[in-house]
Amino acid sequence: MSAATTSVPSDARPVGRPLTANRLPKWAPAGVAAGSIALGCGIGLVGGLESKLQWGLISAALFLIISYALAAQVEGRRQAKDRFATSVVWVAFILAVIPLLSLTVYTIQQGADVVDGDFLTHSMMGVRSAGPGGGIYHALIGTLEQVGLATLMAAPIGLLTAVYLVEYGRGTLAKAVTFFVDVMTGVPSIVAGLFILSLWNIALGFNYSGFSGSLALAILMMPVVVRSTEEMLKLVPNELREASYALGVPKWKTILRVVLPTAIGGITTGVMLAVARITGETAPVMMLVFGAAYINNNPFDGPQQSLPMYIWQQYAVVNNDFGYARAWGAALVLIAFVMGLNLIARGIARWRSPKAGH
Amino acid sequence: MAKRIDVSGLSAYYSSTKAIEDISMSIEPRSVTAFIGPSGCGKSTFLRTLNRMHEVIPGARVEGKVLLDDENLYGSSVDPVAVRRAVGMVFQRPNPFPTMSIYDNVVAGLKLAGVRKKSVLDGVVEKSLKGANLWNEVKDRLNKPGAGLSGGQQQRLCIARAIAVEPQVLLMDEPCSALDPISTLAIEDLIGELKSQFTIVIVTHNMQQAARVSDRTAFFNLAGVGQPGKLIELDDTQRIFSNPSVQATEDYISGRFG
Repeated sequence: MSAATTSVPSDARPVGRPLTANRLPKWAPAGVAAGSIALGCGIGLVGGLESKLQWGLISAALFLIISYALAAQVEGRRQAKDRFATSVVWVAFILAVIPLLSLTVYTIQQGADVVDGDFLTHSMMGVRSAGPGGGIYHALIGTLEQVGLATLMAAPIGLLTAVYLVEYGRGTLAKAVTFFVDVMTGVPSIVAGLFILSLWNIALGFNYSGFSGSLALAILMMPVVVRSTEEMLKLVPNELREASYALGVPKWKTILRVVLPTAIGGITTGVMLAVARITGETAPVMMLVFGAAYINNNPFDGPQQSLPMYIWQQYAVVNNDFGYARAWGAALVLIAFVMGLNLIARGIARWRSPKAGH
Repeated sequence: MAKRIDVSGLSAYYSSTKAIEDISMSIEPRSVTAFIGPSGCGKSTFLRTLNRMHEVIPGARVEGKVLLDDENLYGSSVDPVAVRRAVGMVFQRPNPFPTMSIYDNVVAGLKLAGVRKKSVLDGVVEKSLKGANLWNEVKDRLNKPGAGLSGGQQQRLCIARAIAVEPQVLLMDEPCSALDPISTLAIEDLIGELKSQFTIVIVTHNMQQAARVSDRTAFFNLAGVGQPGKLIELDDTQRIFSNPSVQATEDYISGRFG
């Protein structure tokens, strides 16, 4: 080898692999995809397959096989493996997106007709469940109050716990806290509901109320807030803390004025995502808030309603076409609410994150 | 304003590892003292013991005495926060606070200490930025983020931030190692000006820099890997670079190391 590279005879072939090779054109993946889909549909038609799902799966399998085979023929084995892996990623991506997209589209289709001014501003009080009309105003109020109270309880506690774990926690206590936060992340929502039911409602004797629901929601929310805040605080470079200490700033002020502002974008996103998560919780709300057809603005006294529970009631208890329609409408509002929270979180994250540039 | 530092019998540890052993030296007020020596010999560790930044690292501790004009920094009733107000520090990599504007970066130390008066802060910003030779470059964009400046400007911003709290001593941990020659020159000039007000201690790997900026130079070395670093000698910079009294120093500065 070394002899060949140092003195090249005039008639010698180039040493090593050539740098140019046959390449498939840029549009090849798209072409293969279109061809596979056409072929898959053809096979489905000819074979008389009922389910469109089968058509799709056949197309996907064809896409993988054809792109590998074609690339192996034209470009060689290494490129063929590369194309195969890329194709797998694309197929997996589409498989993941289809249910998400169809869920959103279907909910909008079903719910758009139901959601109007009346629907948003009226409760179910005095509405015949076997007839049209009624609305979600009471459920909307309930969800906002319950989730708001839960956030007021869980966000500060979670935030401070994360600050303790990252900035102060050493040794056994910190390890124990981390362990229990991990365990709490896995607590099923129904268990959180049962815990509050037995403690707050049975042992302490309080009545059903929105607040007892928010207690359970707070339990579910807290570990999520701790975890996300912890990760964000760990991302703050230690140099910033040292820079602050070196200016003679006490530790607590460093955390408050340097560390938290640097991480505030990520922390806000984490809290918002936790809020979005508990907004859709049904089980503890069902047990603790009880559900009401009328408007109850006071979360501390008496049954309230909430959006997830409203959806369930309209579907399972009312159980007729009018109920289904109302359930879809409420589902649409719930999805829009959660999506709105996510967008707000992203906006805040972008607005507050540290900026470079001019 | 500038104060004298007397160190005696100082050793520093990271958990059970001894990083520096039994260092004693005096650092004169209104002068520049440079620390040179190979990597890992404990220059930075020693520097950080001078404003109690060493103990910020979990498991780190210090034995011995550091006197700042007769006051032991490691006395039992001494508040490390107060020490760090008196002994400022500039780090190796520029580290302006990313959420703050240039203006807020400079007054961060004062603002966090509770100074609120706009007229006072305005004056400090102008004075400190002028002191750090940065005023002319940033005076029209004081409200822009500090992270948008170039590396050399950021480092001068950090120096402005450090001198804004009017410390008695300024510690610099390789302040030019991440900078280009022009920014380095700017900071070296600045050090020359600042020594009329502050006691300055600078760690550097660049021996020409030590020779250019410092009045006195301390050479640190370690006997081998895993051994603690020691002070070999401290003398006038002229002497260290022309006629050092220890052979190891001469070997190091003339490049015949190891």
